[in-house]
Amino acid sequence: MKATIALAVDQLSFAYGAKKALDRLSFQIYAGECTILLGPNGAGKTTLFSLITRLYDSHDGHIALCGFDLQQQTCKALAKLGIVFQQTTLDMDMSVMDNLYYHAALHGIGRKQAGQRIEQELQRLNMWERRQEKVRQLNGGHKRRVEIARALLHQPSLLLLDEPTVGLDVPSRQAIVDYVHQLARETGLAVLWASHLIDEIYPGDHLLVLHKGQIKANGTVNEVLALTGTASIREAFQQLTQGEAA
Amino acid sequence: MSVTHYWRALWGIVGRELWRFVTQRERFVSALVRPLVWLFVFAAGFRAALGLAISPPYETYILYEVYITPGLCGMIQLFNGMQSSLSMVYDREMGSMRILLVSPLPRWFLLLSKLLAGVGVSVLQVYVFLAIAWADDIHAPWQGYLWAMPALLLSGLMLGALGLLLSSFIKQLENFAGVMNFVIFPMFFLSTALYPLWKLKESSILLHQIAQYNPFSQAVELIRFALYGQLNLHALIYTLTAFAVFMAAAIFGYNPSKGMMSRKGGA
Repeated sequence: MKATIALAVDQLSFAYGAKKALDRLSFQIYAGECTILLGPNGAGKTTLFSLITRLYDSHDGHIALCGFDLQQQTCKALAKLGIVFQQTTLDMDMSVMDNLYYHAALHGIGRKQAGQRIEQELQRLNMWERRQEKVRQLNGGHKRRVEIARALLHQPSLLLLDEPTVGLDVPSRQAIVDYVHQLARETGLAVLWASHLIDEIYPGDHLLVLHKGQIKANGTVNEVLALTGTASIREAFQQLTQGEAA
Repeated sequence: MSVTHYWRALWGIVGRELWRFVTQRERFVSALVRPLVWLFVFAAGFRAALGLAISPPYETYILYEVYITPGLCGMIQLFNGMQSSLSMVYDREMGSMRILLVSPLPRWFLLLSKLLAGVGVSVLQVYVFLAIAWADDIHAPWQGYLWAMPALLLSGLMLGALGLLLSSFIKQLENFAGVMNFVIFPMFFLSTALYPLWKLKESSILLHQIAQYNPFSQAVELIRFALYGQLNLHALIYTLTAFAVFMAAAIFGYNPSKGMMSRKGGA
């Protein structure tokens, strides 16, 4: 039996004026699956994320989160979504705890329950000891961990990560990549991870290759390799994006 | 989404804003310095130059300091509304606005909550300012300080909604200087904050008319009358209408499918 569909995108298009950014995208993401959205800079990854989070709106095509249409049932759909943006979106002058309490309040979680969930998430990410520190005092990797904890606080079904490891050192990157994969495996969370870094892909991941607003490949790592007749994801990616290196 | 959810989110947003304001002492002080300079320096200098006839809500001759106090309350709220607008543009550039906008609540509610948070801060500033003015013998009837509260809430909402509307148009932080020059200063100087309408009429009919239709004038008059325990119905309706118009336009501006956000390429 196929797992539940966490995200369904159907014939989605978007343009900035005359410039088409996304061209009739259709794909689905399932619970427990880690999908890597791979594409060079300017491929349309961030635009796609902005549409899924409804920061932008498109009249062409549909997006549904856990069966809730994003345009018709916006609040129900957004309640299923956890997101880590490319840019840090934490309040630098507030403590880790206060940032997380603020997020919990936006999701209607009571103070007591929020406290329990915050402890649980921060413990899992080894950040509990630093809960009283101001975000400004944390390094890039720790800020990212707090943002992941925040994105998981309301127990979403789909986690969106928009190039969350950009600018991090190798151990911090690896820790985040491992943790998110573990989450998908153990909790059934669906993950859509935008990246242009090949080494963030695990063999069991699902791949979605986006180039110039179009999906060039959609399948497991092996399926994409078979499709392109290449031996590595790097080669496959280069072939699909016509020579643009990752 | 339950009522509890709305309530918690509202408190979360308002609490965050108040906390930021209280902890950022420089912001608190600088917000008060501007109106106090006007009150203690500008008003003292102009006292002799500007003769004021008895006009409602005043029942006797008043000092110029007394006249401009409600106007300076409005000034605090005007600057605060624009400050909120600036912080929205900043938040949008820095990304923290996104976290608010992707919350599972209607966008109008999120914007209104953000607005209320800003108004809460501005009302707090106004009362601190009024307390300092009181210490300098600028007194209103004690009931006036209570009646001023709803007037300040409404004027704060109207000016905050204007700020919100502007923030939906402003693309980048750098454009904010334009707001200062084209919105704040004309609104403030072409109003009844510093001089009564009839005085302005003596100088220029056109300026008088502009000041009359300036929503900031109406907000100032609403505060002025409330501070003396009176209701200025015309100012109330005018301010309320201006709030409704600005708020509706701001919600439109922040609507991802209809407003500026769809053209701007960023939230």
